[in-house]
Amino acid sequence: MFRIVQKRVLNDAVVLMEFEAPYIARKAQAGQFIIFRIDEQGERIPLTIADYDRENGTITIIFQIVGKSTQHLSTLNEGDTILDLVGPLGVPTHLDPEVKRVCVVGGGVGCAIAYPQAKALHSKGIYVDVIAGFRSKDIVILEDEFRAVCNDLILCTDDGSYGKKGFVTNALQELIDAGRNYDAVIAIGPVPMMKFVCKVTEPYNLKTIVSLNPIMIDGTGMCGGCRVTVGGKIRYACVEGPDFDGHQVDFDELMRRNGTYREYEQNCRLMAQAEK
Amino acid sequence: MANMSATKVPMPEQKPEVRARNFEEVTLGYSKAMAMEEASRCLNCKTKPCVSGCPVGVRIPEFIACVAAGDFDKAYDIITSTNGLPAVCGRVCPQENQCEGKCVRGIKGEPVGIGRLERFVADYKMEQGNTNVEVPPSNGHKVAVVGAGPSGLTCAGDLARLGYQVTIFEAFHVAGGVLMYGIPEFRLPKAIVQKEIKTLKALGVNIMTDMVIGKVLSVDELLAEGYEAIFIGSGAGLPRFMGIEGEALVGVCSANEYLTRINLMKGYLEEYDTPVMKSKRVAVVGGGNVAMDAARSAMRMGAEHVYVVYRRSEEEMPARKEEVHHAKEEGVEFLNLNNPVKIIGDENGRVCAMECIRMELGEPDESGRRSPIPVEGSNYNLEVDTVIMSIGTSPNPLIRTTTSGLEANKRGCLIVDEAMCTTKEGVYAGGDAVTGAATVILAMGAGKTAARSIDQYIQNK
Repeated sequence: MFRIVQKRVLNDAVVLMEFEAPYIARKAQAGQFIIFRIDEQGERIPLTIADYDRENGTITIIFQIVGKSTQHLSTLNEGDTILDLVGPLGVPTHLDPEVKRVCVVGGGVGCAIAYPQAKALHSKGIYVDVIAGFRSKDIVILEDEFRAVCNDLILCTDDGSYGKKGFVTNALQELIDAGRNYDAVIAIGPVPMMKFVCKVTEPYNLKTIVSLNPIMIDGTGMCGGCRVTVGGKIRYACVEGPDFDGHQVDFDELMRRNGTYREYEQNCRLMAQAEK
Repeated sequence: MANMSATKVPMPEQKPEVRARNFEEVTLGYSKAMAMEEASRCLNCKTKPCVSGCPVGVRIPEFIACVAAGDFDKAYDIITSTNGLPAVCGRVCPQENQCEGKCVRGIKGEPVGIGRLERFVADYKMEQGNTNVEVPPSNGHKVAVVGAGPSGLTCAGDLARLGYQVTIFEAFHVAGGVLMYGIPEFRLPKAIVQKEIKTLKALGVNIMTDMVIGKVLSVDELLAEGYEAIFIGSGAGLPRFMGIEGEALVGVCSANEYLTRINLMKGYLEEYDTPVMKSKRVAVVGGGNVAMDAARSAMRMGAEHVYVVYRRSEEEMPARKEEVHHAKEEGVEFLNLNNPVKIIGDENGRVCAMECIRMELGEPDESGRRSPIPVEGSNYNLEVDTVIMSIGTSPNPLIRTTTSGLEANKRGCLIVDEAMCTTKEGVYAGGDAVTGAATVILAMGAGKTAARSIDQYIQNK
């Protein structure tokens, strides 16, 4: 059993939870993920680790309420427990030691995992710009946290209700045009966002790392549900990822495969909401 | 005088048309009278060829003699002195290639139903509920086992019986490995697996779930924490795909994924949240036991047509004969001597057909089986909405890539000697992590050998 030691509602649809998980906290690194299962009937759901505290033996996740399981999780409170938490899974994010200037691009709840990336890089003395994009002002998260760990924070909203109006891709293009000379870009967010960030960086041959979120069950290299096509080859996000070279990823295929159970998920969510 | 009937006492079964739509166990098991009648077919021959065919060396004629005499408790003690999972083995061992394959009665007629008798004895004891085990006195030595599948459970059980303090680290949320995630309920009820595991726990074996060794703790760290030896039974790994066009379409999955959703995550039950594809026409590619399990599960999930597409003929099929027979009875359609060429999607990227080519058998290849050769121009489209790939796995990379001094062969299988000792001192391995995908009983045999070796290693230190 794993106990919730902190819960913070970041906005209507995004929740932060800190869990007691001493074994995982000892090993977790930026880019890795956990799988949780709330109870015996629950699904196994993968989520990237947003933060960890080795001394207190806790890990933090930030999740968006998208389906039945995240909906259910969001109803739990400090002191409650969940049945299973396994990790840290996947390969930690790896950047060449020569990389000195990085732009971290986060989209929506993807900012939750873009944040530890920026924090880790910044603490190593690397120049970090952050572009954080949201649909509108009311769902902006982690603004102060980001500001503390980067050189320049560009906050944008699709509707212009806060920060700069427009998509993260426009902001990135402007920074590149302004001669920021990045060695690498790390993009974490919805699949279409990562796809279009890669389209922006590709002409400049600007190394772009993306964090993929395919369908997954075991997370240890057994089921093959998380397979993605990278550079024309089958790769398994659970043991070889979740980070990949964005210029090699077949994003359209990933979007299609992530929709395999969409109808089922929607029905589940509607049922869960009706029960609520 | 032995019962000279040429055939086994028939096994009671659910009717094919009924069971093809439910997940309850197919075979119902012998009654006491049936078991005693079948047991009396054993000639109790001196040479005991059956025992030589058993990877864990069950003293078969001895336990069968007890069954014939109605002393089921003693039969159980004899079986469990060498086999920690009798209710499992009685159900899933490929007996026709092992004990029963060597039975003298098989020369003229059917061999003795050794598997059925083993199952009967195990089930009888479970029903009595008095599988009391004596906890042996501790010898003060600690051993870690990685993976709670057949090899790990066997190794742990044997070591615990010798007084070792054993901790099993399991990656999933439940112990059992392939017995839980792979083999379906209708062939091996999960309650039975958990009862066998309960017996192991009663012996003093500690099982820690949700622990992925190689990630949360490394093998080197386990050694540093005071475990004197480690057994690695981490099982099969990444599912293989064919490398043909269309494998990334929605509706294509590995048999491991399909079966894990149904068995481990209980996706076939309404109250569980994990979704399973609702398929009408399913192609399962492959001819092993896993392919049979996937095909028969698809029938039970409500498919209208389930095809097994296998590139050789039925004779070369690696699946147990009984599974093929049961699958056919349940309406699974076998397209032997057929091979997929590509998978075709509709405008939404969902599978709508699979292009196949007919095959014929040529000369034997290195496996000794006649190799399949495509018949030019025989391509045709099979209308399906789901394709389940069941063509094997390659070993899991998590442990070998995170343990110093642990060597693997070209295929990624851990290298061991005949004592199941790896290239790293104090570290032993067995099961699919060493052999690649194989059977439950072979993994159990490896776990047994490793337990003996670990005992010798620690006693000689």
